[in-house]
Amino acid sequence: MSVAAAAPPRLKLRGITKRFPGTLANDAVDLVVRPGEIHALLGENGAGKSTLVKIVYGLLAADAGEIRWDGKPVSIQSPNAARALGIAMVFQHFSLFDALTVAENVALGLPGSRSVEALAPVIREVGDAYGLALDPERPVHTLSVGERQRIEVVRALLQEPRLLVMDEPTSVLTPQEVERLFETLRRLRDAGVSILYISHKLDEIRELCDRATILRRGRVVATADPRAETAATLGALMVGGTIGGAAHHAGPASAAVRLEARALTLPAMSPTGTGLTGVSFAVRAGEILGIAGVAGNGQGELLAALGGEVATQPADALLLDGVPIGALDVRRRRALGLAYVPEERVGHGSVGELPLTDNVLLSGLRARVMGALGMLDRGATRRYAAEVVARFQVATTGIQAIARSLSGGNLQKFLIGRELMQGPKVLVCGQPTWGVDAGAAAAVHQALFDLANQGAALVIVSQDLDELFLLADRIAVLNRGRLSAPRPAGELDAEAVGLLMGGVHGETHDVAA
Amino acid sequence: MWRLEQRSAPSVPMQVATPFIALAASVIAGGVLFTALGHPPLPALYAFFIGPVTTSYGLAELAVKATPLILCAIGLAIGFRAGVWNIGAEGQLTLGAVCGGGLAAMVFYDASGVWLLPLMLLAGAAAGLLWAAIPAFLRTRFGVNEILVSLMLTYVALLALSALVHGPWRDPTGFNFPESRFFPPDATMPLILAGTRLHLGFPLALLVALIAWYALARTILGFQLDVAGLAPRAARFAGFHPERTVWLVFLVSGALAGLAGVIEVTGPVGGQLVPVISPGYGFTAIIVAFLGRLHPVGIVLAALVVALSYLGGENAQITEGLPQAVTGVFQGFLLFFLLAADVLVRFRLRRVAHA
Repeated sequence: MSVAAAAPPRLKLRGITKRFPGTLANDAVDLVVRPGEIHALLGENGAGKSTLVKIVYGLLAADAGEIRWDGKPVSIQSPNAARALGIAMVFQHFSLFDALTVAENVALGLPGSRSVEALAPVIREVGDAYGLALDPERPVHTLSVGERQRIEVVRALLQEPRLLVMDEPTSVLTPQEVERLFETLRRLRDAGVSILYISHKLDEIRELCDRATILRRGRVVATADPRAETAATLGALMVGGTIGGAAHHAGPASAAVRLEARALTLPAMSPTGTGLTGVSFAVRAGEILGIAGVAGNGQGELLAALGGEVATQPADALLLDGVPIGALDVRRRRALGLAYVPEERVGHGSVGELPLTDNVLLSGLRARVMGALGMLDRGATRRYAAEVVARFQVATTGIQAIARSLSGGNLQKFLIGRELMQGPKVLVCGQPTWGVDAGAAAAVHQALFDLANQGAALVIVSQDLDELFLLADRIAVLNRGRLSAPRPAGELDAEAVGLLMGGVHGETHDVAA
Repeated sequence: MWRLEQRSAPSVPMQVATPFIALAASVIAGGVLFTALGHPPLPALYAFFIGPVTTSYGLAELAVKATPLILCAIGLAIGFRAGVWNIGAEGQLTLGAVCGGGLAAMVFYDASGVWLLPLMLLAGAAAGLLWAAIPAFLRTRFGVNEILVSLMLTYVALLALSALVHGPWRDPTGFNFPESRFFPPDATMPLILAGTRLHLGFPLALLVALIAWYALARTILGFQLDVAGLAPRAARFAGFHPERTVWLVFLVSGALAGLAGVIEVTGPVGGQLVPVISPGYGFTAIIVAFLGRLHPVGIVLAALVVALSYLGGENAQITEGLPQAVTGVFQGFLLFFLLAADVLVRFRLRRVAHA
């Protein structure tokens, strides 16, 4: 890379500023990406990473600042202009058609028209060169998430980019898939491609990236060599201070079983869903059970079945303190002390368009917020919402703010607080800190620990392994609707869990399911 | 090229203002239309919008026309808030009139007593409710689209009425006109203002609006409907059963439309069943519901505005020689501008360069 250092930077941003109503998303951001380097853009959720890359990719226009490409000032008005310069982007969320083949999907995503037949050998060629094994004839719905991401990467590479932007690419991958992706990215770097790698995962950045630009609240707070830093020092730069660790001691192994599933079986709830097959576990008072797994392996069905949104047969496939609850609906389960926090905060856990005072009613009907005869006691509702906001330090403009206006972290604090206020015996929680900034995540974790320490049993369904290792006493893995036997977290490492997560979704299966 | 871009937060004052903007735009478009038809716009607009309400009789007529609109629109709005689309209020209204009126024309035509009218109102509401239960059943049981079923059942109801008054229910002493017997005097709506046709149905409709307002704003029922419409998954999370919401909506809106039907035949229609008993109140109520922002108070105001379009059309026909079709055109303008204004409240138009 000695050659690279002499050449002008591939991308140079100076003083990029972007203001949204109420926030300064980017405040005079400077960024330099050299040819043939993997450059990390590191920051918490809401630090301004996405805004910055959207400006680079022409999806947003900066209010002020200058973009230089190979030393020359440019104006990037649209994604087409970005592609014309040689900038390609792989988004966090894929845009693929499940029913079409790999080659058809690639053809659809490319500018101009190239025949599917002509593309197939090209896809193989690019795949061989960069370790992105893909069968062009395979329909997308038979592929694992990691393979789907490869399609997006191949599609980006066919445009022969000189700068590849990757937005949180590993959030949906198993550890083994992450390793393969890194291998590809290193090969690309060695071929002279610059990579702008967006993440908040410190270990990944230390392993992969040559340099890192760290954003906090829209500003560049440091540019560092991630290999010379520790995860702790990088983390401190990212959040601007150290975060207090949360503490939890598992209840005694002799504590009473609070929630038990016995061979819980459920058909898929939607054509793209995954049903549950013989899911069994038991959670004791004071214990936290973590359920790991790649998205789409039955998490939605499991949460719905535990929370009570679907009934399960037979009724004693689910027991709460020994009482069969499989046939009971959400409200009856709540009355027995089962609280539930769904994965999706807006639209499921809350109604985005309604104020917090209304949103407490969704699960808080039981908790004396409702007057006689179905009339709403507005005063009680307001007091309840205000108490949740105060006790769980929810940052909001007030209890009349609509749920959608809260940041992800604050809304999650509110939703978890709403359940904890009712003193549940069992809490079922999906993705407690997905998309939540580090400060709020610590608060959420502490609240969960406190609940367990008070003798509740917790089931946490999450795709974030770090979180599960931090929280859970025991971990089980959900794969294709089957749950592995829960094992003490101390006996497991990320690799072992990763293998279970991969399961039959592995790399080498030839038979389409 | 122009593109619609979602606004981060629609302005609340604008959401309240859109019905007024739509109304103003409709008046302007009406003026342009009258000019194009060769009439000086100002006298024509006067005849359409002001003339009808310059007399106390005209004002009373306004309330008479608004009555079925309020009753139907309240029911529809309850459903629209919950994302359940009953488009068949016209049919439920017609069947309410058939059953309530049939009771007076075919069973109790010699009877008298204060019990007769309440019995007919109940029968009409029950008929509308049962007619609306068909789409509710098909939707909850088999997932059949309720829009299509409720709409198609409207035509069944209209033809049923026509068949009855042309055939078995025809007045034996009515010179073969397709009309039923006249109802007995105790089976007609009491008038409440001398010299006009204003009847008890109007205060009844206002009472229904008041009750609906309270139920929607202050009870768990109204909350349940809003949640079901805004976020169906959150409704399931709260333990509100989606099937029960569909049933509730259809039964309530069907009963209200059926009630409106009996009130029409016992009141303004003149105390008998005739082949056509409604100038499309059940369909126009859809416009009223949206113009009133699905809010009971808004609906009362919107019903008065839309009622004016019926009176205006008649008046403009008499004084200006304009075709009565301008009533429908004006209602169309109103809905069109309302929807357009709503889109612009939620989105902004932005010019984008060609890619």
